[in-house]
Amino acid sequence: MNLHEYQAKGLFKDYGLPVSEGYAVDTADEAVAAAEKIGGNRWVVKVQVHAGGRGKAGGVKLADTLDEVRAFADQWIGKNLVTFQTDEHGQPVSKIYVESCTDIDTELYLGAVVDRASRRVVFMASTEGGVEIEKVAEETPDKILRAVINPYVGAQPYQGRQLAFDLGLKGNQIKQFTNLFMGLGRLFEELDCALLEINPLVITASGDIHCLDAKVNIDGNALFRQPKLSALRDPSQEDEREAEAAEFNLNYVALDGSIGCMVNGAGLAMGTMDLVKLHGGNPANFLDVGGGATKEAVSEAFKIILSDQNVKAVLINIFGGIVSCATIADGIIGAVEEVGVKVPVVVRFEGNNAVKGRERLAESGLNIIAAESLTDAAEKAVAAAGGQA
Amino acid sequence: MSILIDKNTKVICQGFTGSQGTLHSEQALAYGTRLVGGVTPGKGGSEHLGLPVFDTVRHAVDVTGATATVIYVPAPFCKDSILEAVDAGIELVVCITEGIPTLDMLAVKADLDTTDVRLIGPNCPGVITPGECKIGIMPGEIHLPGKVGIVSRSGTLTYEAVKQTTDRGFGQSTCVGIGGDPIPGSHFIDILALFEKDPGTEAIVMVGEIGGTAEEEAAEFIKAHVSKPVVSYIAGVTAPPGKRMGHAGAIIAGGKGTAAEKFATLESAGVRTVRSLAEIGDALAEVTGWA
Repeated sequence: MNLHEYQAKGLFKDYGLPVSEGYAVDTADEAVAAAEKIGGNRWVVKVQVHAGGRGKAGGVKLADTLDEVRAFADQWIGKNLVTFQTDEHGQPVSKIYVESCTDIDTELYLGAVVDRASRRVVFMASTEGGVEIEKVAEETPDKILRAVINPYVGAQPYQGRQLAFDLGLKGNQIKQFTNLFMGLGRLFEELDCALLEINPLVITASGDIHCLDAKVNIDGNALFRQPKLSALRDPSQEDEREAEAAEFNLNYVALDGSIGCMVNGAGLAMGTMDLVKLHGGNPANFLDVGGGATKEAVSEAFKIILSDQNVKAVLINIFGGIVSCATIADGIIGAVEEVGVKVPVVVRFEGNNAVKGRERLAESGLNIIAAESLTDAAEKAVAAAGGQA
Repeated sequence: MSILIDKNTKVICQGFTGSQGTLHSEQALAYGTRLVGGVTPGKGGSEHLGLPVFDTVRHAVDVTGATATVIYVPAPFCKDSILEAVDAGIELVVCITEGIPTLDMLAVKADLDTTDVRLIGPNCPGVITPGECKIGIMPGEIHLPGKVGIVSRSGTLTYEAVKQTTDRGFGQSTCVGIGGDPIPGSHFIDILALFEKDPGTEAIVMVGEIGGTAEEEAAEFIKAHVSKPVVSYIAGVTAPPGKRMGHAGAIIAGGKGTAAEKFATLESAGVRTVRSLAEIGDALAEVTGWA
């Protein structure tokens, strides 16, 4: 689960980490009031969306007057910000963050992830701050410093010092960086993070270490024990259909093709998309109805697929393990009765109650194209959608 | 022959009396698995499905001599359940549950690495040696005792591979679902090593998916250590970067973990890859010369 910058900085503040004074606001009046409260004559105003690349897209601004603060808020609140990380519609802006301005001397990078290969939490630091760290990793991998966290004892101060010295920090900065490193180590573990990133981490004009940005991603599987973090979820930043699907324990990812896919199992769902592509079509979505799918969930899944205007045909591919093909059939019939269906539906049932499922669909009188095999299903779906998408 | 489990394997079930534990224990018993009891704290001394229920894994192991356990307890409690099984002297832990926090698995994996205990899963269909022992949620009837070892990160994709090897009469020695999580208990290379050593396994099917580098590590291992023919399919050619595709581990991050990259690495290691998951059986016939 992604957090907004203002939420991440709130967590940093709770852990005593160096962030600027700032306020997240919903209106232009509040933005001006926040700037007045912070004081001074220069502020940073930032739109709050779940996407990188805000600066280049005009979503971050240095404001030298209160009028500029107001203008920025007026310009963005209620609008969408399009960055290289969003789709063409962008992400809705409902809050902006007003922050005191920091004089920057040097930009660094500090981040932490769960590294799958070493099966450890790994911190990464670099003198190449303010740019995409993936690029640094690819072009100049020697400029990325690492600290691997021992799961038994957690982050240790010597690891922070090592990174600090290797980054070329001096004097009091060593201690500041080590404190930051230890705080982030605690935060990562206590808040079930999947990713932490401060880019840039800066040395200010007065020589202090300061977190200019903050990105926190929480492990969705751990939200049951992080009720405070669960409350920080912002559904407005999620795809509407994806959020709706999640309510029914369905895994849905919107894509831009014309063949809607409904499959059980994440692997088979991907495999089905790949088959569609291989046979000349384009999948409209990834959708895993899961192993414990009920008639209602299947119905909902079918409706979500049909709500996508680009869908010209639906391919249903079920290999019944726990889930019964008869249940899936009932769900499809229920959904079609409720919302109607104008596009061709290709169905391939295999495994648990496949025969019964096929019979139910045949008896329903619905216009369903039965498929004999995987390949047959993909070919029929591509043909039904009108060939090349 | 087989790997990990056979008709003599004594199995207990953690989360035995819950709905999932009950459903799949019934099916395992019907399949002929030597399920010898289960564990539900607080219900020790009672009976369920005609088998004894124990309060602790240690007690269950002491009384039944079980060497394997299957875990159906809810995700928040799985770390505890796995560690309990490890501490009780279980040799094989199969964890079916989906949704375990990643940091829990980091701790579990660190502990497991100090022992000889093998963990399969979490977030997996389980392990089956057809005709002998079924531990997990896979439909038993699609399997056929035989000579292909199957290892996969995905449940339903395993079933597809099973069906194709059953339809052609090749059958399976053992099928292992290692699960779709970013931090699995066992990796492809662990299972490939077992298949290579098993005289009953004559060819191997490896089903991977986007995310991580387990397939790349497997390619390296196959090149150096596997003499048996390997057929591989990778799911997720059409997956967009940065999106998690159902499985927690199925995500392309920073351009790494793409299907294209995995296909290329496997091919350079001499693995026969298929772009269509419907062609696994054909490819097997081709590399083995089996009719």
